[in-house]
Amino acid sequence: MNNFQYKRVSSTTAAISELSKNPAAKIVAGGTNMIDLMKYGVMAPEKLVDINRLNFDDIRKQPGMLHIGATVRNAVASENADVLKYQPLLSMAMLSGASAQLRNKATMGGNLLQRTRCSYFYDISAPCNKRKPGSGCSAIGGFNRMHAIFGTSTSCIAVNPSDMNVALTALDAVILVSGPKGDRKIPIADFHRLPGATPELDTTLDKKEVITGLVIPDNNFAANSYYLKVRDRASYAFALISVAVAMELEGTTIKDIRLAMGGVAHKPWRLKEAEEMLKGKQASVENFKMAAELAMKGAKAYQYNAFKLKLAPNTMVQALKTASGIKA
Amino acid sequence: MLVVKTEINTFMKENESREKEEMELTGNSRRDFLKKSSLITAVALTPVAAVKASELRLDERLSDAIEQMPLNIEINGKTYNLKVEPRTTLLDLLREKLNLTGTKKGCDQGQCGACTVHIDGVRANSCLQLAIMNDGAKITTIEGLAKGDELHPMQEAFIKHDGFQCGYCTPGQIMSAVACIHEGHANSETEIREFMSGNICRCGAYANIVNAIKEVKAGGNV
Repeated sequence: MNNFQYKRVSSTTAAISELSKNPAAKIVAGGTNMIDLMKYGVMAPEKLVDINRLNFDDIRKQPGMLHIGATVRNAVASENADVLKYQPLLSMAMLSGASAQLRNKATMGGNLLQRTRCSYFYDISAPCNKRKPGSGCSAIGGFNRMHAIFGTSTSCIAVNPSDMNVALTALDAVILVSGPKGDRKIPIADFHRLPGATPELDTTLDKKEVITGLVIPDNNFAANSYYLKVRDRASYAFALISVAVAMELEGTTIKDIRLAMGGVAHKPWRLKEAEEMLKGKQASVENFKMAAELAMKGAKAYQYNAFKLKLAPNTMVQALKTASGIKA
Repeated sequence: MLVVKTEINTFMKENESREKEEMELTGNSRRDFLKKSSLITAVALTPVAAVKASELRLDERLSDAIEQMPLNIEINGKTYNLKVEPRTTLLDLLREKLNLTGTKKGCDQGQCGACTVHIDGVRANSCLQLAIMNDGAKITTIEGLAKGDELHPMQEAFIKHDGFQCGYCTPGQIMSAVACIHEGHANSETEIREFMSGNICRCGAYANIVNAIKEVKAGGNV
C-alpha cells in the first residue's frame, strides 16, 4: 500500500476543506472497500480524511421520511427497528450483501460509493478505462460473466456491486451531501451514472463533496417487499442478478410498485416500464412474466454473460411472486 | 552557516504557527516539517557529512520517527501507547509489532475471515482496518478469549466437535462464532451458516463448526 497522510476531522467543514485543499485526498469511514483497493494499488490517495467522529451516525424517523446518517454501519441499519418497520426491503438487501464482519464496518455512505468488482478493474496490469481512462476495456473481449447487460458503452461494461443501492433505488432514496457551495440533495436515480465515455466517474458526487446521510420517503410497501439475490454461493458472493420489489397491494390488485435490478448495469437498474405496466393490474404470474419481458427490452449480452438474459426475467418473476405472496 | 540557521528558524516558526492552526490530530504538519527539515539538513551539512548521513540511512530513520502517529489502543485488556504509520493495518500491528500471531493473515483482502477480531465487542476483519482508525478502541483477539489456562467454551466446543483440520482459519472462526452468538444470530443451523459465511474453511469443517456453535449456544454460557 502506498503511504499516505491521515487526518481525523471533527467537523463537516474541515472534511470539505481537506478535500478542497488536496484533490488526491479521499474520505474514509468503514474502509472495507477503500483499504482493499489501496492494497491492490487500484486507488492511491495521498491523504485519508477520517469522518468516523462526525455525527453522521443516527437513524431518525421524521415526518414523511426515514433519515439514515452516512456513517451508520450496514449491520446497524439492517437491524434497526425503524428500518425494519418502515423500509424492510433495505434491511433485506443489506443483509444479503458481504459478511457479518464487513457489514459491521461498512457504512451507508461508503456502500453508496462502493466501486465495481470487475476483475480487470482490480488487476492493475490490465487495461481498464475506469481505473486508467483511455487505456481500454479488458472486459469487453475478456471473461465477462459478471458484467452488465444494460446501459453499457464501448468504454466499460462493469456493474455496480452493491445490494443496498438496488433497494435504495427502488425506494427513491435521496442522498444528502455537503460541499464548498453548501448542501444539496441528489435523488438516487441521478447519483449513480452510466459509464458513457467517462467510466472513471461512478457517481455525480463532486470530489469536494461529503455524503452526510440519506432519506427514504414514506411509502406503503412494507408488507409486500422482497429482495431476491442470485449468486454463485449460498451466501457471501456478489449478485449475478438481484431484484428489489416494493409493492402496495389492494386485495390482489397492484396499487403501486417499484422495481430495481442489480448485477446488470453500471448503476442500480430501475425498471420503470415494468412498474407502469403492472400498476392497476392483478398480481398474477402471467402479468409478472409480461412485466419481466418488458424489463428485458434493450438488454445486450457479451460472450460469457448471455445466461443473464434468462436469469434476470426469471429472478424478477420469482421476486414478484414472493413479494405479492401468490402461489404457482 | 548563519544564513542556513536563519532559514531553519524561519521554517520552524512557520511550522509552529501552522501546528497551532491545526487543532485536529494530523500528520500534515509533521510531513511538511520533514520535507523542509530534510532539505535544510542537506543544505546545512558539508558534502562529506551528507554522504555520511546517506550511508547511515538517516533520512529514512528520520522519516520513520516523524511519520508515525500516536495510537492508544487496548488489546486483550492491556493498554498500549504506540506509534504507527497510517498505512499499518490492525492485523499487521497485532502480528508484526505486538507478536500476537494468533490472528491469522489469510487473503488480506476481507474475503476469508481468518483475521476476524472483536473491536469494541463487534467482529471485524482486522486486515481492512487501519490501526490508526482504532485509536481508543478495545480489541479482543483469540489470545484474549481464554481465562488463563481455562479455555473459552467456544474453544472447548471446537476441539470436541473437531471444528478444524489444518487450523489456519480457526482463530477467525472462533472469534466470529462467539460474536455470532452475542449478536443473536445462532438460533438455527441456517442462521448460523448465513452469519458465519464470512469465514471460509478450505478444509471444509463447516458441519462440525456449526455443531460446535449450536452446542455453545444451547449451553447459554456465551
